[in-house]
Amino acid sequence: MGAFLRRNRRLVPYLLLAPGLLWLLVFYVYPGFQMLITSFWSGSLEKGFTFSLDNWTNYTAALSRFQGYYVRSIGYSAAATILTFLIAYPLAYAIAFKGGRAKNLLLFLVVAPFFTSFLLRTISWKIILGDSGIVFGPLKDLGFLSEDFRVLATPVAVVSGLTYDFLPFMTLPIYVALEKVDKRLVEAAQDLYAGPWRRGGTIAGIVLGGGLGLLLGQIFGYWPPFLAVGGALAGAIIGALFISESFVRVTFPLSLPGVFAGSLLTFIPSMGDYINAEFLGNPDTRMIGNVIQNRFLTQTDYPTAAALSFILMAGMLAAVAVYARALGTEELTTGRV
Amino acid sequence: MATAAATLRHAQQPAAVRAWRWFRANVLFLYTGFAVLYLMLPVLVITLFSFNDPAGRSNFVWQGFTLDYWLDPLGVAGLGDAVVLSLEIAFLSTLVATILGTLIALALVRYGFRGRGATNMLIALPMATPEIVLGASLLTMFVAIGRPPFFPLSFFTILIAHIMFNISYVVVTVRARLAGFPRHLEEAAMDLGANEWTTFWKVTFPLIFPGIMAAALLAFSLSIDDFVITNFTSGKTQTFPMYIYAKSRIGIPVQVNVIGTLIFVIAVGSVLISTLAQRRDRAA
Repeated sequence: MGAFLRRNRRLVPYLLLAPGLLWLLVFYVYPGFQMLITSFWSGSLEKGFTFSLDNWTNYTAALSRFQGYYVRSIGYSAAATILTFLIAYPLAYAIAFKGGRAKNLLLFLVVAPFFTSFLLRTISWKIILGDSGIVFGPLKDLGFLSEDFRVLATPVAVVSGLTYDFLPFMTLPIYVALEKVDKRLVEAAQDLYAGPWRRGGTIAGIVLGGGLGLLLGQIFGYWPPFLAVGGALAGAIIGALFISESFVRVTFPLSLPGVFAGSLLTFIPSMGDYINAEFLGNPDTRMIGNVIQNRFLTQTDYPTAAALSFILMAGMLAAVAVYARALGTEELTTGRV
Repeated sequence: MATAAATLRHAQQPAAVRAWRWFRANVLFLYTGFAVLYLMLPVLVITLFSFNDPAGRSNFVWQGFTLDYWLDPLGVAGLGDAVVLSLEIAFLSTLVATILGTLIALALVRYGFRGRGATNMLIALPMATPEIVLGASLLTMFVAIGRPPFFPLSFFTILIAHIMFNISYVVVTVRARLAGFPRHLEEAAMDLGANEWTTFWKVTFPLIFPGIMAAALLAFSLSIDDFVITNFTSGKTQTFPMYIYAKSRIGIPVQVNVIGTLIFVIAVGSVLISTLAQRRDRAA
């Protein structure tokens, strides 16, 4: 064996790769093809399924019936991705630049929620956000909220569940990118008279905050002007008081690869999620994941379910391919952003 | 009166300014505190409700403190079996995925070969695919072979799925460790007459072992907590997450919170221990 390998050195990497890649080919790549084949089936579990290319109509039928769920999933996932970004960025910034000796401890605390069950975490949001739960119960007792105010079983609850679940996935890549920012560049910018960014920050804050409020209002089905005005106000305050010119010109552009990676790591799993919509939402907040799960596991309508999954996967892979082209596969897969 | 108010305003202003300065200087620390609290809040709720003494079946409202469920953590039908099954699957899938993934990582870092790009792509794709699609596509394959609910086989269908999604994570983790590997140590061993086999086991393996352990820990925690993919590949067999899901419709027993808290404590503890051990290694 040893002598054989020494004579055929070029074979060594392939021998190392073979078992693992074979596993992925048989249990990842092949099932993908099988799903494509299944989406061209017709029939039922009882009568048996038959394959025919004529069944491409499965796709059009599935799309015309369930396109609303894709649209809703994109909306919820986009909202969750934006909110996750807004929460994660200052956190990653604080850990990277102000963490000091507590840096590793803080990073550990960011990932610590993963050590308990994902299902239990989602279900415990049901307790926290409940109509008379630990947050809204006291507020209602004190008369700050009306008795029929509710968050649970609304789109807000589903999006906040998604936001919570993927916060670590957004925080870590942004942290990695910020950690690598050369502090001397920031100092150089300040030496070159980069100061506070009052006028620009106020304008940018109003535009971005207002636009975000409008978008979230649209997705949550609230009266948009209310959220837009609130968003614009908050944006103006943050932009005027906390954003400096060196951050806008130096730090933020350098952290963009982390932001892109984090957005993908949040958006992709959100698109496929059905747990948050099931536990925190109502029948009108179901996402495409709920439809796929129901079609596969309850209705055993495999052809439609396979077509729906295939559309979802193709969309995701197209998004990742565009991203990989923009940044290079090696960087994407090694997590070195 | 007017002068008194003026003095008061005069005295107040510096205090307000000072408070604002303090706030500006510490706003990021305050924010970090709130963010960590937000991240840990569900964990705290899970732990708190493991001491709850619920009146009915559902464990959603705080009723009173009890240790009963901690003293009898497996005291509901099916929970023990589900936990044991989860542990078995997690252990076996970690073992297999860690071996297969480490071999791939070695090949990717050590050797130049044709098909590197394609291999990298094949490693990245499962991580970029939504879990629901991973589970669903495996289900279509199992359905094409036999009818659900694959009763006698479901242990293996779950295991196959878990190994599949773990391989990529192992490759990425071990590769990160291998990337900064001091190659000259191996060359020194070879110069001193060790053959490749001895060099690997005496030099390379001990150096990359922490990376392999980190990968195995990650794989184990991903496997033991996986719900979505297991939901599609398990038929009627219940792992711990599947048990929670099934019970969520009729009320989750308090014991589930006890087990969830225990898993959290054990996982956090093992990470802390391995970190401390690594630090001591580095100090020595």
